[in-house]
Amino acid sequence: MNKTENQQAWFLVLPVFALVAFSAVVPLLTVVNYSVQDTFGNNQFFWNGIGWYQELLDPASQLGERFFDALWRTLLFSAIILAIEIPLGIVIALAMPRQGIGVAISLVVMALPLLIPWNVVGTIWQIFARGDIGLFGYALNRIGIDYNYTQGILAAWFTIITMDVWHWTSLVALLCYAGLKSIPDAYYQAARIDGASRWAVFTTIQLPKMRRVLAIAVLLRFMDSFMIYTEPFVLTGGGPGNATTFLSIDLVKLALGQFDLGKAAAMSIVYTLIILAVCWVFWTVATSSEAERRPT
Amino acid sequence: MARIVLEKLAHSYSPRPAGESDFALKQIDMVWEQGGAYALLGPSGCGKTTLLNIISGLVMPTRGRVLFDTRDVTTLPTEARNIAQVFQFPVVYDTLTVAENLAFPLRNRRVARGTIKTRVTEIAHLLDLTAVLGRKARNLGADLKQKISLGRGLVRADVAAILFDEPLTVIDPHLKWRLRSTLKDIHRRLNTTMIYVTHDQTEALTFADKVVVMHDGYVVQAGTPEELFTRPTHTFVGHFIGSPGMNVMPCRIDGTTARLDGGTVALARAYPSLPQGARIELGVRPEFASVKPKGAGLPVRVRRVDDLGRVRIARVELMGIPIAATLPEGVDLGGEEAALVFDAAKVHVYADGHLVEGEAIGAAR
Repeated sequence: MNKTENQQAWFLVLPVFALVAFSAVVPLLTVVNYSVQDTFGNNQFFWNGIGWYQELLDPASQLGERFFDALWRTLLFSAIILAIEIPLGIVIALAMPRQGIGVAISLVVMALPLLIPWNVVGTIWQIFARGDIGLFGYALNRIGIDYNYTQGILAAWFTIITMDVWHWTSLVALLCYAGLKSIPDAYYQAARIDGASRWAVFTTIQLPKMRRVLAIAVLLRFMDSFMIYTEPFVLTGGGPGNATTFLSIDLVKLALGQFDLGKAAAMSIVYTLIILAVCWVFWTVATSSEAERRPT
Repeated sequence: MARIVLEKLAHSYSPRPAGESDFALKQIDMVWEQGGAYALLGPSGCGKTTLLNIISGLVMPTRGRVLFDTRDVTTLPTEARNIAQVFQFPVVYDTLTVAENLAFPLRNRRVARGTIKTRVTEIAHLLDLTAVLGRKARNLGADLKQKISLGRGLVRADVAAILFDEPLTVIDPHLKWRLRSTLKDIHRRLNTTMIYVTHDQTEALTFADKVVVMHDGYVVQAGTPEELFTRPTHTFVGHFIGSPGMNVMPCRIDGTTARLDGGTVALARAYPSLPQGARIELGVRPEFASVKPKGAGLPVRVRRVDDLGRVRIARVELMGIPIAATLPEGVDLGGEEAALVFDAAKVHVYADGHLVEGEAIGAAR
């Protein structure tokens, strides 16, 4: 077969290149540029080499300590979120009706939290969880639990996690529901004929068939929770103390609060690299087991 | 192992069926003998899968009873019925190995580990799966997967019947033959009742001892392949079985003569008691109709001759009605005009689609 050589085709992708360059590449390079310089204001910059990176990655330094604290906090948050939302989403998806009027109703109800703007979610919970006027906080205090998310570290974490579960479990459930719906009836019929228990149906049919959507769900929920900013910013502002200061919040404090552009830029780069690395590892694992699937 | 009896069985998918037309499966009475190889043959949507699912218990019939031997199983769920079913698309449990797949129905029924091992080895040998026993089922091709589905049915020693729902649809043509003969072989060895649903007449006729032809929710004929071919009791069976199908021509019966638009045909039997006002038709298979050069016989116009290798089929027209007939070897028609003759003994008369039994000519007098 003859391959057609037509270099003009490059012109067709040129607009995309230009767009991506202006929207992503140029800003990113600006950050890289900041991360290797220091400034004393006045728009005067000095070359600092990898100094910021060295400081950032050294847990003994002040910046490094602060960075690693925020990093562990964020990782812990992501781990808890995944541990709750993935199983809960699966259970909800399994419980959702497969046919009839219930399908439409449950889909709408499930989609509702996903439609609310993120800072509104933060505001809703900020009020909902207040001890004086919030239904949730007031109720907890009335039944004798000492609950104040502006002062207690546990209470603050509990509130943020509950809020995130409320906000995002729907996404996991909807993805799993789509995965479940795609399983042909014959599988369930065969399982009935084979005398499989409910648990065996789940482990041998439903879970393996949900693998792909679960991979997507885990990836999306990891990235989103690892980059969470708006909701905790509105709810706790990173407090009490630094208890809920996640990486993104810390980054904003550093860049806009203290105007330490060099440190903040170095932190942004490392932050981005961590996310890229985790996603890459995850994706490689997910797709390599996919490759085994090749039919003979 | 059991004899399956269907009593006054009917099924409708609407919760409150108003009339006959609401029923996907019209009332049938049928007995499937223990150890028989049956085929349910019919076009898509004729109710054959519904019938199969009623036997396996996946569908609860609206009316009637299902008996295994003398036990009424109508309301029993699938898992309590000792039925194995193989579906159109291979169902394998992806994460399990082939051996675990085969053991699955036994493990669920808490069969002793030693027994499971023996059975799995035995069935794997029977189906030629021994080499792949340790592999994950999801990496295998469609034909192996379908064999696994089949194996899961066979592995249980106590199944009353194995039901096949168009099991070879996704299999490559050259493997279809092999798998079909494997099935035949297994049937002979295990003496299990097998019911095989298909819309492919070759599959049905080669697999089954008895073929049940369904059309529009009705069972139109149940018989051996031979019977279906030589004595179709319904014009639909005539059309559906055989390639090309039976010729059906409108006619009037006058004693032992059938009057068609283009001429008359002598009949081997008399039909004194034809229903009044019914649509009377003549049915002749192409194999029993032959075309000769112009002369005695029905005057026809030859449109085309198809050489099928073994035989030549002439497509002719009798006063506008298309008819397929055999063109005997060595015969040269030499023009468009030709004569059509029927083998009188193989000519059937149908009233409103149903076969009418003729009377021997002597008795009619």
